[in-house]
Amino acid sequence: MPVNPELLGRAFPPTAPYLVGREKVREFARAVFAEDAQHHDPEAARALGYGDVVAPPTFAMVIQDMTLQQLLAEPDSGIALERTIHAQQSFRYTRPIVAGDELTGQLTVTGLRAMGQGAMVTSEAEITDADGAHVVTATSVLLIGGEE
Amino acid sequence: MSALDAIQVGDVVAERTVHLTRESLVRYAGASGDFNPIHYRDDVAERVGLPGVLAHGMLTMGLAVETIVPWLGDAGRIVEYGVRFTRPVVVDPEDGADVAVTAKVGEVAEGTARIDLTVTHAGTSVLGKAQVRVRTA
Repeated sequence: MPVNPELLGRAFPPTAPYLVGREKVREFARAVFAEDAQHHDPEAARALGYGDVVAPPTFAMVIQDMTLQQLLAEPDSGIALERTIHAQQSFRYTRPIVAGDELTGQLTVTGLRAMGQGAMVTSEAEITDADGAHVVTATSVLLIGGEE
Repeated sequence: MSALDAIQVGDVVAERTVHLTRESLVRYAGASGDFNPIHYRDDVAERVGLPGVLAHGMLTMGLAVETIVPWLGDAGRIVEYGVRFTRPVVVDPEDGADVAVTAKVGEVAEGTARIDLTVTHAGTSVLGKAQVRVRTA
């Protein structure tokens, strides 16, 4: 099944709230070789004006990934994970993610272009906090190869 | 005021080399939730035609931007960050892989700057257009 062109413009329901834990931030920080104190030490983060440890910039991927799972699970998407390549990624921040945040992601397919047998799919996950305020928008471009 | 105000186009503001091992990939898989087996199983990587087990693109993207965070002093100064994944980083089971990051000022504007990241593995660039927009004021 080729990638469904009707995916363009499709908006998905917001994901269930994700509570950002302090130890999760520390674990993620260690995994991306983020040694700065603001990611590990609540006092260092508070000195910068944050309520708790600050997540590394790409932590937003954890929330974005939940939204991409929704896209992959669409029965009519025509997107098969084993033929999918992550081609581009970007983030636009209003503020950094901080431990204690309760975040929700809402995905919209904003671009879809046929490429040979496959397609290039652009999607934007808008990540907001418990007050509904914007935190970060995560945009990914996936290249979906055609079937053999 | 801070050193951020005084930067000029072409300045190298931070650089480092990160040594990745298979353990790094397993650690990132657990921390991020990305358990695609091409990042830890040689047999699967080979079956899908890859030159070997690859680092997660998001691991490379994540460690690259983190190079400038100590210089920035506050990750909240980062307004935008984007990359293209151009080449894979193959992580050898014995020798691992070195990823070298150089962060250079690409553009300075009123209160903001663009930092360009050059990210290489084995002498080859692995991320394209890796750019960070930061607040300097």
